[in-house]
Amino acid sequence: MSRFGAWWAWAIFIIAALYMLVPLVATFQFSLQQNPTGEAYRYIFNDVKFFAGLGYSFLVAVITIVISLLIIVPTAYWVRLKLPRLRPFIEFMTLLPFVVPPIILVFGLIRSYGRPPLAITSLPHGSDVVLIGAYVVLSFPYMYRAVDAGLASLDVRSLTEAAQSMGSGWPRILLRVIFPNLRVAILSGAFLTLAIVVGEFTIASYLAPWSFAPYLSQLGVFKAWSAAAVSIISFMLTWAAMGILILASRGSAGRVQIAGAR
Amino acid sequence: MSQTSTPARRRPTFSWLGVVPFLLFTIAFLILPIFFLVVGSFQDSQGNPTLQNYLDLTTEQPATAYKNSIQLSLITAVIGGIFGFLIAVAVILGRLPRAIRSAVMTFSGVASNFAGVPLALAFVFTVGQLGLVTKLLADVFGYHLWRDDFFGGSFSLYSMLGLVLVYLYFQFPLMVLIVAPAIDGLRKEWREAAENMGASSFQYWRHVALPILLPSLLGSMILLFGNAFGAQATAYQLTSGTINIVPLVISAQIRGDVLHNPNLGYALAMGMVLIMAVVILIYGLLQRRSERWLRA
Amino acid sequence: MSFLTLTNIQKSFGTMVAVEDFNLSATKGEFVSFLGPSGCGKTTTLRMIAGFETPTSGTIVLDGGDITYRPPNKRNIGMVFQSYALFPNMTVAQNVGFGLRVRKRPADQIQKRVTELLELIHLPDKANQFPYQLSGGQQQRVALARALAFEPEVLLLDEPLSALDAKIRVSLRQEIRAIQRQLGITTVYVTHDQEEALSLSDRVVVMSRGRVEQIGTPFEIYNFPATRFVASFVGQLNALPATVVDAGSGRLTVGGQEIRVSARIDAPAGSAMSLALRPEMVSLGEGPEGSNRLAGTVADVDFLGAIVRMRIRLADAVIVALDVFNEPTLKLPAVGSSITISFPADGPLVMAPGSEAGSGTSAAA
Repeated sequence: MSRFGAWWAWAIFIIAALYMLVPLVATFQFSLQQNPTGEAYRYIFNDVKFFAGLGYSFLVAVITIVISLLIIVPTAYWVRLKLPRLRPFIEFMTLLPFVVPPIILVFGLIRSYGRPPLAITSLPHGSDVVLIGAYVVLSFPYMYRAVDAGLASLDVRSLTEAAQSMGSGWPRILLRVIFPNLRVAILSGAFLTLAIVVGEFTIASYLAPWSFAPYLSQLGVFKAWSAAAVSIISFMLTWAAMGILILASRGSAGRVQIAGAR
Repeated sequence: MSQTSTPARRRPTFSWLGVVPFLLFTIAFLILPIFFLVVGSFQDSQGNPTLQNYLDLTTEQPATAYKNSIQLSLITAVIGGIFGFLIAVAVILGRLPRAIRSAVMTFSGVASNFAGVPLALAFVFTVGQLGLVTKLLADVFGYHLWRDDFFGGSFSLYSMLGLVLVYLYFQFPLMVLIVAPAIDGLRKEWREAAENMGASSFQYWRHVALPILLPSLLGSMILLFGNAFGAQATAYQLTSGTINIVPLVISAQIRGDVLHNPNLGYALAMGMVLIMAVVILIYGLLQRRSERWLRA
Repeated sequence: MSFLTLTNIQKSFGTMVAVEDFNLSATKGEFVSFLGPSGCGKTTTLRMIAGFETPTSGTIVLDGGDITYRPPNKRNIGMVFQSYALFPNMTVAQNVGFGLRVRKRPADQIQKRVTELLELIHLPDKANQFPYQLSGGQQQRVALARALAFEPEVLLLDEPLSALDAKIRVSLRQEIRAIQRQLGITTVYVTHDQEEALSLSDRVVVMSRGRVEQIGTPFEIYNFPATRFVASFVGQLNALPATVVDAGSGRLTVGGQEIRVSARIDAPAGSAMSLALRPEMVSLGEGPEGSNRLAGTVADVDFLGAIVRMRIRLADAVIVALDVFNEPTLKLPAVGSSITISFPADGPLVMAPGSEAGSGTSAAA
């Protein structure tokens, strides 16, 4: 019963810390094994496909975030302000992506849009469209939760009435009043989406095999050292996204955002 | 609510338009694709209505896939759940330094999102044939993990056991994240009241703390179950798609008709959706119960 | 015969001293209140009796046995918390029976005792309800029954009424007192509400900044406050600046007018003092022969129901508050009119001047 904590608490913590950290250390160590040291990193930084994959996934993530925000913010705002009766329905709809795992979603997408009459994926950029559409839908649950929690902490009605009394129209209210006041909520939803989309493998491996996660997957088969290096980079990217997310949501009602496994 | 009659009457007519983009997206990229699968699952290869696909789920390959998937999810949910719970208890109630608590919570946020390809690779580099831990065990203890006797069998990372080991990496941080608020919700006064009435620490946990936490604990574990059940990328990367679990059967089915019946594939997928729906439903019910208790 | 004795109790958290030099001995069946503002150490002292805190030094003796370092679950002391602290997963009956259950009493005995207690708190029909189905007042009664069920030697109540509505507060406080009398259980009651402490207790311990200011019956505490803090914290009080004219004969001036007090004055002529005077000590008019009389103007009149409070301005910054009972024949003076007020020579207490000198009425928090 010392003030440095109970021994059992330390024991559990240390076991957990070992389990969590050893794979990361092993990966990092592995990435340095190739001779000369740093060769694994040199390889990927000279690999066009690495930058192409990362760049593509990043671009897809950004487009996903923008579309998701453009849909979710007005919807959540509208539901709160005008259609409170629709709330349970919308919440149910945002729960659906939890019920449909990505592997099922991509299965359905390929069956719907990979063959006539809706063969979108064979059009130029068609599979990009389907991929982004899927990601947007997958981002709805946490985007909606983040934005709705943000709206709950604002007094939306008063803000809107204040803006209207000064003669603002709807688009202006959304753009100038609601969006800025939701900055924290939007940032947290956006960075979670970024972390997830950039690392997403299941859907991407079918619709965009050239994107980041499938690239890493193939690298794991024929260039293990460089795959270790990319894994470390990918882990650091996740850390960066989550770190910004935590910084952004500091001080606001801290709610845990969970995306789930892949 | 009481406003002048004119706008109040006109508004309901158009206000639903505000949610149309949301609904269109959800329909196009979620409802419609699932609808195709549902319809397909009730058709035979000629397009005639049938229930045969669902009956065929009981044949050997699909049944084994479900059995393996449920087993994998159950084991990782229970182990990850218990271990995650213990970590959350240690961090919140074990009087560890504050910095450790926030470090654990932040790391859990990252780790629960760090799944899929890089996670599978990280474990290959750790306990794979050339992994760091494998080499250390051989160099220091002379124990060859993959060659020597391992609890009466042999070890392989590319097996169900390997999957359990890897899945736990995202399972228990997730548990820490979802169960932490419930543990935080245990009020100091409950413990003091129990002690005051003569209860030992064990009696407090047995009669008060655990029963109060039970709905959240079960709910969280059920969520972990769903989390593992739907995961595909980690298992795919680790086993190159060779292990017989539902998500991998479905991914093989997408690439080429491994079940030799596209419609059986749809039924397999629908079974998965059904299980996930039950998971979310039970989670919601348990969550509601624990909220009702903690509200007062 | 002392039943619960606290001797030279001191408690520090790091460098912060929460309680010091605390001495109390309570007899069996006595109702003692700890009264003071938040942070005065009253709850810390209560928690030391319960065993949730250990004194830095000093001893606590209960019924002849030293319990200072005994763990809380071995003390047989019942406690009621401000936030009820009912177990949300148990019914009312299970909550009340918990203390007996952990003592491994037979089920039928527990059941009998629970029924008995639910009768006592007038909630016999709520046995199978859960805490969230009860009102705050009902929950606190269940918490009281729970703390009494295992027949503790002492009952502790930590601000049990402060989370409740004003009306329920008064009725529940009477119920607590009635039950306490009926059971004859030694009780320590912590509150920051002077009305609660005065109306409930056999004795009141007034605390401030970790120290005991005064221990006494409600009558003594109210009428003969030992310190300036007690005088100002308990009841309403006029604190008037005064100047000594002649200490021997007890003559002073207040707002330029001379008065005479019977209290002893230990200060030379010309020194500044402070007069503590309860509003109900002051009357309208000239009063009987020998009263102190002061002339002033009516600053305002507050109609409070049973009493009427007036504030009389003697000089620029010197205002005296006085209470008169409301009755149909009462003639209220107009604001701004000139008036004479009076009080007996043994009315005021004379104290060294403090920070509140010059203010009018200092109300208890």
